[in-house]
Amino acid sequence: MEPKDFIQPAALLFLIALFTPILGRYLFGVFEGNLKMPKIISDFERKLFRFCGINPGIGMNWRKYLFSLLVFNFAGIVFLYVIQLVQGWLPLNPRGFGAVNHDLAFNTAVSFVTNTNWQAYAGETTLSYAVQMAGLTVQNFLSAATGIAVILALARGITSRLSDNLGNFWTDIIRAVLYVLLPGSVIISLLLLSQGVIQNLNPYLNVTTLQGMPQTIPMGPAASQIAIKMLGTNGGGFFNTNSAHPFENPTPLSNFIEMFCILIIPAALTYTYGLKVGSRKEGWVIFGVMMFLLVAGFSVSLYSELSFNPALNSTVLLEGKEMRFGIVNSVLFSTITTGVSCGAVNAMHSSLSPLAGMVAMINIMLGEIIFGGVGSGMYGMLIFVIITVFIAGLMVGRTPEYLGKKIEALEIKMAVIAILIQSAAILILTAAASVLNPGLSSVANPGPHGFSEILYAFSSAAGNNGSAFAGLNANTPFYNILTGLAMLVGRYGVIIPVMVIAGSLVGKNISPSGAGTFMTNNFIFAVLLTGVILIVGALTFFPALCLGPIAEHILMKQGILF
Amino acid sequence: MKTIMISIRLLTAMTIITGIIYPFLILVLGSTFFPLKASGSLIEFNGNIRGSELIAQNFDNIAYFTSRPSASNYDPLPSTGSNLGPTSHRLKNNIDSIKKSYTSFNKLVWNIQIPADALFSSGSGLDPHISLENALLQVQRISDARRFNEAKREQLIKLTYGILEKPFAGFLGEPVINVLKLNIELDKL
Repeated sequence: MEPKDFIQPAALLFLIALFTPILGRYLFGVFEGNLKMPKIISDFERKLFRFCGINPGIGMNWRKYLFSLLVFNFAGIVFLYVIQLVQGWLPLNPRGFGAVNHDLAFNTAVSFVTNTNWQAYAGETTLSYAVQMAGLTVQNFLSAATGIAVILALARGITSRLSDNLGNFWTDIIRAVLYVLLPGSVIISLLLLSQGVIQNLNPYLNVTTLQGMPQTIPMGPAASQIAIKMLGTNGGGFFNTNSAHPFENPTPLSNFIEMFCILIIPAALTYTYGLKVGSRKEGWVIFGVMMFLLVAGFSVSLYSELSFNPALNSTVLLEGKEMRFGIVNSVLFSTITTGVSCGAVNAMHSSLSPLAGMVAMINIMLGEIIFGGVGSGMYGMLIFVIITVFIAGLMVGRTPEYLGKKIEALEIKMAVIAILIQSAAILILTAAASVLNPGLSSVANPGPHGFSEILYAFSSAAGNNGSAFAGLNANTPFYNILTGLAMLVGRYGVIIPVMVIAGSLVGKNISPSGAGTFMTNNFIFAVLLTGVILIVGALTFFPALCLGPIAEHILMKQGILF
Repeated sequence: MKTIMISIRLLTAMTIITGIIYPFLILVLGSTFFPLKASGSLIEFNGNIRGSELIAQNFDNIAYFTSRPSASNYDPLPSTGSNLGPTSHRLKNNIDSIKKSYTSFNKLVWNIQIPADALFSSGSGLDPHISLENALLQVQRISDARRFNEAKREQLIKLTYGILEKPFAGFLGEPVINVLKLNIELDKL
């Protein structure tokens, strides 16, 4: 290893820590409504409210908030489904792509609305420019905004007292898009363009290569979609190989920018949360736990990736990796994209060494709380915080409280449901696919790696990640429908309990803290929280991981091939 | 009912703002500030477009530097990696056969250490870069094929070093050589 191999990750994490308070404060200002916006934007916002028939001042209780969210997301799924079916009649379709299959269209529609961005299709050979722009790009924005809305509602539930007002869903969505995601995406698009990411509406280009062979080079409006794909932790590539594709991620600098974009909003939200609950330390403790888990996962991945593989008789495993990134940037990206619910990849995860692939899986299985998706990482982490507070309460024999709010049976039940429902979806569907013919016939690699492909697929779907061990042929009716269902369960099976918790907490009084109050803003709590996350994750998934990556690692060390 | 109406209207507004206005804005900005890059970093040589500097091409001619192995055989439609796992027999067989062909193609001694980028296929199948070591191992074969004299061979080595892209700001990414650019320079030699 060279010094630069340490400097690259260190520089990235340093910049994230640096920008967390800056963006965090901005987000706080935006969502508390006390930030003065340029007149042109606030005028535009007012017009938008009027056009949509929204009364921004009206607060919603949890039922209304959740109902609005579900209806809005359902409308998104229907629209995205239909636009894929009528693709052939729409403009901006230079390749003349026809209607997408029903099962694939369902899968893709659900995938982009749930912020999963699992891709059972190859963009450059399936979708027209019009669908990528007016269909997928839009949901990249809206699914991220939905995540932000949910964490805002939960934060209001924790901080307001004796109320039922969780805020206005529509206002939150519009603010998230207009004030955060859209301006951010314009800036990031420009940076990516400067590096060589393409943005045009030209037809695919037929060239004769230098050696005299024909080659068709795909084109398209990629930069605008990739910016929000990263910033919104969506991860759905414009091209099949996502951020490994030179048109999506042309240089080491573009790669650095993309990794920064994945992390920055989820990281900043910890600070915003700290401001909202009135103690920045609360935010930093959560930031610290996330950062610790990220660095730990990255270290394991890197160690695994740099150790000798006797089966292939090689130390430098460049299969599925791009030269301009090398091993360190590939592994850093794979750790970040799975810890955060992004799912973009700059190297093929299927070809990672077994333990590096396992870290990616574990990051997803833990619920993507290592910074996690925009909004979803933070509310996922708060679920674990509630469980931790409960366990700590049991240990000392006091009614558990979090920030002055009593944590009672309903909150605990909902928190446990949120964790269990995702885990159950992953394990049950993996088990089913591992014994059924249509599940097994899609597997590409034999041996334990084949099982890992299935386990990864359902983890990625239920965890709303979207990355894959892409050897698996997932574009079959079996996988399209099952992963589609897993995405729905994984997204709304968490959002609904979280909204119930928000609704329950908002009605409670805040008791003043005293000498016996269990503090959640110190090192001891950080350790406890980390412990709970790892124990819950390990107990749930260790057996499955043994059959996949752990078995593969041990066999690989004995030089066994499949 | 009201919620449904608001949903439809908001979705319509957002489709126009983020799905049409935003991509077209980036389109305008891209073609204004980075016209060449936005249209694919295309490379012109002798008056014809010969590909994109970012997209690998198949070079199996003995007189050119070869690109990294590609699981899609350098076809960008669609881009793909092999997705073979770390205990894959097929991957092992691929590497062994590439090792053999690389050694004999470049007339190297049988036990030479071949750089990993020459053995393993890339993630996108379109990786435009190779390592310096990989390029240098091919110099002799190319010089022979083009009947270069000693001076020209030296020139080619210099050219190879000259075209090496260093890590950004000294610490980001890996040092790489763009195969298409190098081959075009080679044709000019």
